Amino acid sequence: MAFNLRLDISYPEFTLDVDLVLPAHGITAIFGPSGSGKTSLLRAIAGLHKKTLYKKGQIQFHDQIWQSDTTFLPTYKRPIGYVFQDSSLFAHLTIQQNLDYGQKRIDNPLTPHERDHIIDLLDIAHLLARYPDKLSGGERQRVAIARALLLRPQLLLMDEPMASLDFARKSEILRFLERLKSTLKIPLLYVSHNVEEVTRLADHLIILDQGKVQQQGPIQEVMANHKILNSMSDEPFTLLFGTVMTARTEHNLTEVDLGDALIRMPHHEVKKHAEIRLHLYARDVSITLSRPKKTSVLNIFECQIETIETPTENGQCLIHLRLKDTRIQARVSAYSCAELTLQPGTKVYAQIKAVSIVQ
Amino acid sequence: MSLSESDFVAFWPAFWLTFRIASVTTLLLLIIGTPIALWLARTNSRWKGPIGAIVALPLVLPPTVLGFYLLMAMGPNGPIGQITMALGLGTLTFTFWGLVIASVFYSLPFVVQPIQNAIEALGERPSEIAATLRAGPWDSFFTITLPLARPGFITAAILGFAHTVGEFGVVLMVGGNIPGISRVISVQIYDHVEAMEYSQAHWLSGTMVIFSFVVLTMVYTFNRRRKASGGAYGL
Repeated sequence: MAFNLRLDISYPEFTLDVDLVLPAHGITAIFGPSGSGKTSLLRAIAGLHKKTLYKKGQIQFHDQIWQSDTTFLPTYKRPIGYVFQDSSLFAHLTIQQNLDYGQKRIDNPLTPHERDHIIDLLDIAHLLARYPDKLSGGERQRVAIARALLLRPQLLLMDEPMASLDFARKSEILRFLERLKSTLKIPLLYVSHNVEEVTRLADHLIILDQGKVQQQGPIQEVMANHKILNSMSDEPFTLLFGTVMTARTEHNLTEVDLGDALIRMPHHEVKKHAEIRLHLYARDVSITLSRPKKTSVLNIFECQIETIETPTENGQCLIHLRLKDTRIQARVSAYSCAELTLQPGTKVYAQIKAVSIVQ
Repeated sequence: MSLSESDFVAFWPAFWLTFRIASVTTLLLLIIGTPIALWLARTNSRWKGPIGAIVALPLVLPPTVLGFYLLMAMGPNGPIGQITMALGLGTLTFTFWGLVIASVFYSLPFVVQPIQNAIEALGERPSEIAATLRAGPWDSFFTITLPLARPGFITAAILGFAHTVGEFGVVLMVGGNIPGISRVISVQIYDHVEAMEYSQAHWLSGTMVIFSFVVLTMVYTFNRRRKASGGAYGL
């Protein structure tokens, strides 16, 4: 099931022209460079822009018109939950009062049981009596997420909720978001310019540039395009999706089925049959023309070269390989490229030195 | 420099009158000043400059100038006078309410500016957050903006009250020097000096100095404590 969100808003400086088809649940990441209109898009959906800011606008959510030439549904009447970038807790209210603030204002407040469930999910029960200035940045964002969930929203919006947090706090929030993802029955729009977060969380990806959608679709599809992937990150990589076949072999390895290949890696705490995502960096893939024997490398796959990019200034070539239906990339020196007379179509063996689990 | 009991009796009406005018004025100013401050803090209108300047005028104008125009406006031929006469209220000049209206104009910047500063320092974020939590504009003003900007409102009230207590020129122009109606403390001090009753003038003036000092100390310690406790939203 999916729903449509159409926006066509002109600001004096730029135009947001977006026609989105979003899955009815799961996380949709909105990715783009700063100034691409990510936050503007989210604020427009929430109705937070002043009416004087845009020339014309059209927003439709399912069959509800939120904005048109004749109507403008104010923010407080839109069935959304919004998590801001920085701490958004009210300083003069306790955590409990912050959580209650929105609760008291909706027609069908959550039952105590549902409320406890959300408070448990985000692990904030021990904070309820405190004031926001006594909380860490990560705790404050967890409360803000809980406060948004308690509104029984039909659409959850998060504007880089981890931007102001340090690495440790970030992974803490990421863990909670992953937990949330499996229970959430509504769509979540998640603005981010962090590839790590996007590849870890998103089911659906929208790439925004200068107020326009460059690409949108399920993350597997969008990420399969190396050009898009490499524009997102300085270090070329491939995002692989797999299922855990064996959580721990007798040699303490974890085996993951990628569909087209079985990959083995040092043991990770994962469950059998779990769906996981892997990062495979191009720098960790090397190429040989014959199948290497007597090697310590665990994962060697027969591939075909699709394309070879022109060498960069530091003498490196990015090679796009095809492993049955899976595409991966390898980075080798331009020297080796010439020495091995690599060309599109050449059959090679890719040696994978390292791969990391993102989820 | 000794005072008799009759002197205290003579002082009492001026104290009581001053207190009444200042209290009523402060109350009215909080009601009138808040929407003005809110508008000035939030608007991008090109009228922001001129309106802000009008509010600030009493800061720089000689009180006699302000008093003169108010006297003209409230007089039988002035616009305010015409309205009050048409309503059967007579003219407001030389009355308690005439003085209150004059004081409202005179002390307006002292109330508007602290509130405006507090709301500007808050920014729009708290109201936006409240809106995403289903609070309408009025709801969010009373439950979020007002409590978060409370130090600004308290400073505004104290300054508005104290400044009204200290007025002289405007009172003399609009209210004259009528015991119980317009003879406030500052006017009475002037009377005593005119009559060369320096000891009475000393007592009243000293009281005013102490009062002003106490009030300002309250404002400054209060504001410093707020800063030290480091409230959120840059207050």
